[in-house]
Amino acid sequence: MKITRGAVVEEAGNSIENKTGTWRTFKPIIDYNKCIRCMVCWEFCPEPSIYKEDGSEKPAPNEALKKLPVPVIDYDYCKGCGICVNECPVKAIEFVKEVK
Amino acid sequence: MKTMLRGNESVAYAFKLARIDVFPMFPITPSTLVPEMISKFVANGELDAEFIPLDSEHSAISAAIGASLKGARVGTATASQGLALMHEILFIASGMRLPIVMGIGNRALSAPINIWCDHQDTIAQRDTGWLQFYAESNQEGLDLILMAFKISEDKRVLLPSMVGLDAFVLTHTMEPVDIPEQSKVDEFLGEFKPNYRILDTKNPATFGAFGSPRHYMEFKYAQHLAMQAASHVIDEVFEEFERKFGRKYSKITEEFTEDADIVFITMGSCTGTAREFIKMKRKEGKKIGLIKLTVFRPFPKDELRKALKGKKVVAVVDRNFSPGFGGAVYGEVLATMYGRDEPKIIDFIVGLGGRDITFDTFEKILEITEKGLEGSVEEINWIEVDKEAVEKEEMI
Repeated sequence: MKITRGAVVEEAGNSIENKTGTWRTFKPIIDYNKCIRCMVCWEFCPEPSIYKEDGSEKPAPNEALKKLPVPVIDYDYCKGCGICVNECPVKAIEFVKEVK
Repeated sequence: MKTMLRGNESVAYAFKLARIDVFPMFPITPSTLVPEMISKFVANGELDAEFIPLDSEHSAISAAIGASLKGARVGTATASQGLALMHEILFIASGMRLPIVMGIGNRALSAPINIWCDHQDTIAQRDTGWLQFYAESNQEGLDLILMAFKISEDKRVLLPSMVGLDAFVLTHTMEPVDIPEQSKVDEFLGEFKPNYRILDTKNPATFGAFGSPRHYMEFKYAQHLAMQAASHVIDEVFEEFERKFGRKYSKITEEFTEDADIVFITMGSCTGTAREFIKMKRKEGKKIGLIKLTVFRPFPKDELRKALKGKKVVAVVDRNFSPGFGGAVYGEVLATMYGRDEPKIIDFIVGLGGRDITFDTFEKILEITEKGLEGSVEEINWIEVDKEAVEKEEMI
């Protein structure tokens, strides 16, 4: 953040510099062998810090699912609220204590 | 030409002369006549400004911030409980570096409810980051409001200012006041050009955003520097004002101090009484001097250290008190003079809640101060208080 008089923010979209991932106590981890690519976690993430990755080489429960976009968690901004863990219909997201 | 004006009218005329663009307000005794006058000026077409009546002082100062952010020159007026209600927003105005100027009718705070004069209201806002000026007379009230705009809007400062006029003693009392010519004031003040503007589509920016622990302290350091800069800018503006309008101002005004052993420090309207009292006593051969404090923030440390060098006893006349410590001006003077053997500094709490400060008051102050020349006296002295009645009730 540039120090300006009166704390005015001159550039748009600079909240990206504030990496809120450091706030996390618990960390969600997606098990791609269980993930059915339904994107419910992506839809519910309030941050949002889950994005869609196309052409991913991540593993999948079956070959057909490998053709779909994959949800990927951006740990720079995920605050560890656990909403994705709660919403995942196939329980494919683990919630483990953050180790720093 | 001089016109008979009440202190509130002085403030209103100063705002008119400064050609304020916006006047957000909520009326409160004893400063209500200021918004009344501004509303008249606007209705008569004498002043091209937005007069915004709001639901509270909290909203009035918030509206002032919004208007100032758009680049408007903003004035408002309040007192006592009204100023206290503005408290949290005052920090925002200074933190956002907005040169708002506010006229205050210095009034006591409840409880018990009291509408008369003391300095408790502005003293309680000491740490909000506003510059603070105190007027001795209605002329000073008018002049200080004009100068406050020039100081606040200076690019080296960009901080808001409050100018205090003693409730009733000044706000409601007629005095001859020289109203400067509009053209001369225009020349003196110029136009307000803000650093940033809200709703400027060519230069979009975010105002009032979040400042994390990584950045917050830098903004506070910036305010510290701005207060230091204000100290120099005040001197410059006071000098320029004297050149243009012929009236001399300084952060502290010394009178009869050259040969004085005893110095009284006063703030506001009681300075006039102190001056006449000292003149009388000097005829009796008593070496008493007077220092009037016009600027309380930034506190004129260097000036006071210079002025008090070689003096024996200083009597600080406080029209306020910080419970659990003593008078606020006393505290500042004590801190300023720390580490120096002389002078001895004694505190006098006087005139709270509109109790008159008279020759008798100063006679009692002098009596204790003279004792202080020889031996030890109380640190904090409450003058003209029915101590017996209070102490009985407080089980002392």
